[in-house]
Amino acid sequence: MILDSILDILTGVFLLLGGFLSVAAGVGLIRFPDAIARLHATTKPQILGLAFILLAIALQERQVSTILLLIFLLIFQMITAPVSAHMIARAGYRGGIIAPRSLLVDELEQAIDAAPEFDDTERASE
Amino acid sequence: MSDWVFLAVGVMLLIAGLLALYRIIRGPSILDRMIASDMLLTTIICALGAEMVYNGHTRSLPAMLVLASTAFLGSVVVARYVSRRTNS
Amino acid sequence: MSPQDNQSTSVAASTTPTASESASARKVSRTEVRGRVWKQLPLLLGLVVLWGVLWGQFSWLNILTGFLVAIAVTRVLYLPPADISGRLNLWYSLVFIAHFIADVTVASFTVAFQALNPRPIPTSSVIAVQLRTRSDFVMTLDAIAMSLVPGSIVVEVDRERAILYFHTFDTTTAAAVEAMRAKVLVVEARIVRAIGSKDDLARIYETEATR
Repeated sequence: MILDSILDILTGVFLLLGGFLSVAAGVGLIRFPDAIARLHATTKPQILGLAFILLAIALQERQVSTILLLIFLLIFQMITAPVSAHMIARAGYRGGIIAPRSLLVDELEQAIDAAPEFDDTERASE
Repeated sequence: MSDWVFLAVGVMLLIAGLLALYRIIRGPSILDRMIASDMLLTTIICALGAEMVYNGHTRSLPAMLVLASTAFLGSVVVARYVSRRTNS
Repeated sequence: MSPQDNQSTSVAASTTPTASESASARKVSRTEVRGRVWKQLPLLLGLVVLWGVLWGQFSWLNILTGFLVAIAVTRVLYLPPADISGRLNLWYSLVFIAHFIADVTVASFTVAFQALNPRPIPTSSVIAVQLRTRSDFVMTLDAIAMSLVPGSIVVEVDRERAILYFHTFDTTTAAAVEAMRAKVLVVEARIVRAIGSKDDLARIYETEATR
């Protein structure tokens, strides 16, 4: 079957792309200088990598129930990954884990300096 | 489909997992470790998916779904803990 | 969790119900109830589909039990209904999703190649972006969409003034910072065109006309 072999080739390509993005995320995890840069390197290429592997599964199975489950899987991952990334970035910024010298501009610090009373209540409520 | 594709994918996922493990062990701060463990978990989900394609079954799908929807809880808890401790 | 945490500007905390909201939920007119059911319907349908998918089949019994479980879940784990405008432009939704997929693909590979490239790591910045929308829902969607596009992460949210603070990767020049800011606003405009309220839409057109 021509169609089957085309789908098989596409499956292989998607799997390889997913693996490549995973490796790139791992290399970024090792090379990047601070926690937030590592966050950039890992979470997002990984989601695309996962999407490629899910596409490969969809191409092999081609059943409505499986594909619906895969769509739910991707949606869950896409909703939850930004939440954890935001929480880690927020904790990292407040804890001073981002090296301030590595930033070109820091408009959040300017905003905090401009509104000291807001900053104080914000910190006190934590 | 030839086996070398799966071999390459497996090796790449293995390298990604080992790099994440290295960052978990070395990571200077607890946040680095959480980022790396998140990545390790996503790599595991990818590996489960690749294995399903290789063996042509769909039995791991519920496990993947549960992992994808609960993976973020760990890093949220740790992030809250870290920001509470650094502020007080 | 202290009670003041409700005022915290985090995305996660913005869905926490306040005591006054749940108290006023008891006495509402019938039309309001109908409106709320209408707004909850997408969530209920989504839960029923998820239930059916988890069982692996869509029999009548499954759909019935799915509805019962969905109603029970939304009653027990009550969340204030998201402030959805009720407008949905299908064409602009498709435009948004297509642009989103293209952005994620291009940007993921860009970051992947930056990680593999032996040159030094580019400088980052933290930028503030003033959004034009007044809707929490559009703001959240914009934050999620920008978080999934590699190169930007939401560090802090000012919900009152609708300002998002992003940590952006690879912004070595002031021009790159401005380009990233413009990008956030373009994504916001796309979301508002797809699902935003009429007020938000008017505000978007206003700022685009003056530009």
